Amino acid sequence: MIEVGTTIPSHQFDIDRALLKQYADASGDHNPIHQDEAFAKSVGLPDVIAHGMLTMALAGKYISDWAGGPQNVKEFSARFTKPVIVPAGKSVDLTVSATVIEVTGTGVRLEISATSAGVKVLGMAKAFVEQGN
Amino acid sequence: MLNPDSVGRTFAGVDVITVTQEEINSFAAAIGEKNTSVAPPTFSIRISLREFESILTKPEIGLDWTRLVHGDQKFELFRPIVAGDSFTTSATIENYKIAAGNEIVTVRSDLFSGAEKVVSSWSTLVVRA
Repeated sequence: MIEVGTTIPSHQFDIDRALLKQYADASGDHNPIHQDEAFAKSVGLPDVIAHGMLTMALAGKYISDWAGGPQNVKEFSARFTKPVIVPAGKSVDLTVSATVIEVTGTGVRLEISATSAGVKVLGMAKAFVEQGN
Repeated sequence: MLNPDSVGRTFAGVDVITVTQEEINSFAAAIGEKNTSVAPPTFSIRISLREFESILTKPEIGLDWTRLVHGDQKFELFRPIVAGDSFTTSATIENYKIAAGNEIVTVRSDLFSGAEKVVSSWSTLVVRA
C-alpha cells in the first residue's frame, strides 16, 4: 500500500568519465567542464564535474523504474545544489532514494534524495507520477 | 550582461525538430534505460538547452554562456516524447535578477506537436560573477 511516508528502496548509480562522455554525446551538452580537467580547474572547479542534467536523468531513471516506465512521469523538478565531482580513473556513486509526500486521485508525488560521496547534490527534488500504466 | 529589455520576450524556434529513435536510444543507453518506446523524462533538455543557447547569446541579448552553470530544472510532461515526433518550439525569458554579482535567468521552453503541447520545461541558468 502506497501512502504518505512510504519510502522507496535506494539505488546506487556509478558515474565515471566514460559516462560523462556518453551523456555529452547523447544530450549534445559538450561543455568542457564535464570532460577536460585542466579546463574545469581553470574556471575554479575542483575537478571535472558531472552534468547536473546527468544527475537528474539518472534520478529520472530511478523514478521511471518505480512508476512502471518513463511514460508515467508527469512532472519532475530539481535544484543543482552541489556538483558531482568525477576524478580521473575513478567511479563515484550517485545514491538516489525517495519518499511519497502526497497521494492524489491520479498519482503520487515523491520527494527525491540524491547524494554523491555523502554530499547532497540535488535539492528540492520532486516528481509527480501516475503508477502502473 | 543580459539585456533587461529581453525579459518577457518569447522567441519562436526557427526549425521544426524531429526526434529520431537513435537519439532516444543513445539518451536511454546513457542512463541504463532499456525501454526505448518512449523518451526518458529529461530527454527534452537535448532540444531546449541548445535553443536557449542560441537565443540568450544573440548579440542583442548578450548572456555570457562560457560562465554558465545550471541552477535548477523543471519538466511538465503532458505526454511522453516518441520517435517521429516533430516539434515546433518556443522559448520565453521569464525572469532575470542579479544576486551577489551572479546573473540568474529563468527561461521556459514549450514543445508543440501541431496544436498539442507535449512538454513545458523551465531552466534557471546562472552566470557566475
